[in-house]
Amino acid sequence: MEQPALFDASPRWTVTTLTRHLRQLLEADDSLQGVWVEGEISNLSRPSSGHIYFTLKDSGASLRCVMWKGEAARLRFAPQDGMAIEAHGSLGIYEIGGQYQLYADALRPVGEGALYQEFLRLKALLEAEGLFDTARKRPVPELPHRIGIVTSPTGAALRDMLNTLLRRLPLAEVILAPTPVQGDEAPPAIVAALRTLNRVAAPDVILLARGGGSIEDLWAFNDERVVRAVTESAAPVITGVGHETDFTLADFAADLRAPTPTAAAEMATPVTVADLQSNLAEIGRMLVNGTMSIVQRQREMMTWLDGRLRLFSPTRRLQTEQQRLDELSRRVNAAQAHRLELAAARLKGLENRLTALSPLAVLARGYAVITKDKKVVASKSQVRGGDALHVRLRDGEFDARVTGDG
Amino acid sequence: MTKNEPKPIEQLTYEEAYAELENIVAALESGEQSLDDALSHFERGQLLTRRCAELLDKAELKVRKLAGEALESFEASE
Repeated sequence: MEQPALFDASPRWTVTTLTRHLRQLLEADDSLQGVWVEGEISNLSRPSSGHIYFTLKDSGASLRCVMWKGEAARLRFAPQDGMAIEAHGSLGIYEIGGQYQLYADALRPVGEGALYQEFLRLKALLEAEGLFDTARKRPVPELPHRIGIVTSPTGAALRDMLNTLLRRLPLAEVILAPTPVQGDEAPPAIVAALRTLNRVAAPDVILLARGGGSIEDLWAFNDERVVRAVTESAAPVITGVGHETDFTLADFAADLRAPTPTAAAEMATPVTVADLQSNLAEIGRMLVNGTMSIVQRQREMMTWLDGRLRLFSPTRRLQTEQQRLDELSRRVNAAQAHRLELAAARLKGLENRLTALSPLAVLARGYAVITKDKKVVASKSQVRGGDALHVRLRDGEFDARVTGDG
Repeated sequence: MTKNEPKPIEQLTYEEAYAELENIVAALESGEQSLDDALSHFERGQLLTRRCAELLDKAELKVRKLAGEALESFEASE
């Protein structure tokens, strides 16, 4: 073999610059960044650093992979040697080791890929139909009387939700519509539970929930029948399916999506018993204050009226009048007494004069009073012979008759 | 205002009692009430407040489950 010339124009590299160059080539190639690579796991190790190292291989080749701690913590399953998976990530070079490798950010078991394709297809279809439109979403009531729950009667999800509801709003009534939440029988059972619950119990809000699980476990909540039943529910639906990172089509169709069953129960009870208690205390204060201010206003009104009354009070005038009256009365009394004395004196004089003029006094001196037909006879012309007369003397009286003509 | 024939306090639900309480407070705050009305409203309001507090204190989540078309009791431990 011919030796290359020692002083030709071939490019010259150091190992470092060459490796860096290769790395830049890989990283600049979009077809090697953000890709899915399918293979079987081998040589898996997970040291205390938390990072995961493994090799993906198939019948023809192998690929070194690393997954950093942060991404590894979000895995929903435990990768093991021999497991067929798809790894998502970007190709790069570990310069010190001189190794190209896949920097993986997500792993999924083989098969999930196909499910995910189906998920995307159905999502696009239902989205186009408008089932996920924000305008369709109904508000959930602030203070529900009756809360419907559609979930498995035996799952931890139900226990979590009941505990949460008991703690937050024990005033509420819960109607459970038990249903299997995974497996082939789950979708029609969930649909039936939603319909029966609405028809029989007419709840104010419905929690459709399931605890965490693999994507296959949650698949019933991606079923088209379930999605449509959610949009057709008379009561608004809050979903709480799986964990925070799980999004199902039922979540998109729901009026409200909660990351977990517990969170769904929280969203269904935006007003808690503690809120109600503090509202009650507040309205109790308003009741007292409202009443107090009316009483206070009445009191002020009375004080004001009282002041005016005093200002225009007749008391003073009454007192003045009273005094005048007393004065008058005293004067009247005095005048009256004087008048009485005068009258008494006059009476005495009259009495004396009467006594002096009394015919009885004349009779006492030997005179007589003669009357004819009850009239005093004072003249001879008043009588004729035969007339009957009446004679009154000092000590008695008698009848007499005229005997001559006079 | 439910002045004639108010429902007995002990039969009111929380919502009913609270709604009446709100009406009473609104009426009081309008300030257009006679002293007599205000005081009788205050007394009823006090009773309603007590009723609400009692209902909150005693509330226990009632859970039933669908069994076919019917509702039956459900024990959470079931």
